Amino acid sequence: MVVDRVAHHPTHAATLRPALARRRAAAWRHVLKAAFGYLLLGVLGFAFALPFLWMVSTAFKEPWQTFQIPPIWIPSSPTLSNFTQGWNAVPFNRYAINTVIITATASVGTVLSAALVAYGFARFRAPDREILFTILISTMMLPPQVTIVPTYMLFNYLGWVDTFKPLILPSYLGGGAFNIFLLRQFFRTIPTELDEAARIDGCSSWGILWRIIMPLSRPALATVGVFSIVYHWNDFFNPLIYLNSESRYTLSIGLKYFQNAYGATQINLLMAVSLIALVPILLFFFAAQKYFVQGITMTGLKG
Amino acid sequence: MAKLALRAGKRAQVTRGQARSRLQQREAVEFHFYVLPWLVGFFGLTLGPLLYSLVLAFSNAQLFGAWEFVGLANFREMFRDDPLFWKALVNTAYYAFVSVPLGLVIAFLLAALLNMKFRGMALFRTIFYLPSVTSGVAVVLLWGWIFNPSFGLLNYALSRAGIQGPQWLGNPHWAMPAIIIMNLWNVGVPMIIFLAALQDVPQDLYESAELDGAGWWTKTLRITLPLVSPVVFFNLVLGLIGAFQVFMQAYVLTGGGPLDATYVYLLHLYNNAFRYGRMGYASARAWVLFVVILALTLIISWTSRRWVYYAGEGGR
Repeated sequence: MVVDRVAHHPTHAATLRPALARRRAAAWRHVLKAAFGYLLLGVLGFAFALPFLWMVSTAFKEPWQTFQIPPIWIPSSPTLSNFTQGWNAVPFNRYAINTVIITATASVGTVLSAALVAYGFARFRAPDREILFTILISTMMLPPQVTIVPTYMLFNYLGWVDTFKPLILPSYLGGGAFNIFLLRQFFRTIPTELDEAARIDGCSSWGILWRIIMPLSRPALATVGVFSIVYHWNDFFNPLIYLNSESRYTLSIGLKYFQNAYGATQINLLMAVSLIALVPILLFFFAAQKYFVQGITMTGLKG
Repeated sequence: MAKLALRAGKRAQVTRGQARSRLQQREAVEFHFYVLPWLVGFFGLTLGPLLYSLVLAFSNAQLFGAWEFVGLANFREMFRDDPLFWKALVNTAYYAFVSVPLGLVIAFLLAALLNMKFRGMALFRTIFYLPSVTSGVAVVLLWGWIFNPSFGLLNYALSRAGIQGPQWLGNPHWAMPAIIIMNLWNVGVPMIIFLAALQDVPQDLYESAELDGAGWWTKTLRITLPLVSPVVFFNLVLGLIGAFQVFMQAYVLTGGGPLDATYVYLLHLYNNAFRYGRMGYASARAWVLFVVILALTLIISWTSRRWVYYAGEGGR
């Protein structure tokens, strides 16, 4: 009894032993936490990846295998013919080219014009700057569908309906409030001493933008580029209302009409062409992801 | 002498002042030069159309031909004679008020998991973010197959758990939940934003809380949530604005059916404007959507004073 009480008394020599025990317990707790965390992440990650795996599996199946219960995950004789058959049933080559043209030109416009505008807001003082910036921020709250009807009428009046212009040109007019905001936040983290030094060397503000700000902002510019490419690649609403001729369809619209024609019966073809439409954006994302995560964490989205 | 010097000083001051104002003018000119693309876009593609759409809302405009003002006829039709308007509004509200809070909770929990300092986090981050990158028609078609009542993955998984799965997209009660489930897979964007915010929470706060004997739950409730509350606010507002614009999932998977169960607001707007060519009526609908979203945003901003914590404001 007495010994016990002494051992638990903090002022006695035994303090060393509890400290060690505490450290060991902490190490154990860390291992347990890590094991539990990995387990949870593994299960959830598997659940999140499952739809993709299901898609890949279906894309390689023979038609009769798609209707087997319980489902088979690895088809006994995987076939590539779904890809060629599905892709050639509809002019998907044309749609893919259209999608690439629209996505590439619109994204270049988004990055360039968002950078110009963000540079203006980040570096130049003007009496109306704060008002304009507030307006810019509040347009983020504006649902684009509110303006879609008059915008459509305008493009229709200009004869732009059923061309790529309504899908591309708006990107050159500012590139979106969110992108401008993101780049402005980033530009403001670049020290103005660099601008001043360049100015003393005779550099114009245009030169400062191209030689100093842009090269230093690669992660942020890449982030905006990724956002823009993903958005335009996946966009469905705008191509749906602006493009009428089959030869001008994008992949999204093409897939939708392919589904109407083949979806219910030939799910293996549908999954195969959907997978082809996904792969470029996936590859792109993997290539850009290093920049992208860096860009997001560095730009301080919180304002 | 003194007078002369004073005058000279004054003159120097004036010219310096003039030089400064000329410099300021030049800066203002340059500012407007750089923001010009956005100004053109704002007036031409945002403010102009916004005002014109307000005008159209009180008209019977079609895509082509003359139109005239019809007063409040569009709004009368909408509120009194168009049952689909209410149906679409209620469906959209159902979608928004279920999918956004659920999505935020899942996004926050995933971000908290991803914020642990383990090896291989980049891989998990990518897995959870990927659905958001691929959220196009291809992925919606994939989910259509997963929801297939007889051969889809979901009902097979449910059957393994001894549950007879519903007809999902074919059943008016389950079609909207199906679209919400599909959307919950898409929480990558709010998740990444939460993650960025979590990584900014100062570690010493946790350490001192641990010394006071705080557990995980207390730390989350008292430290993490208050510090990321501005981001919760940001995600909530953007999530709601996005949710009120749900369109493609319903258009591609169900066409608004069955029995109008997934007939969402934008589908009705799209049908009126681009299938029936009723530009006036569609504009009126767009403005109602705008007012609803604006009201929601204002309500959230107003309540946010009670629950959003800004570190710079001394804990208010």
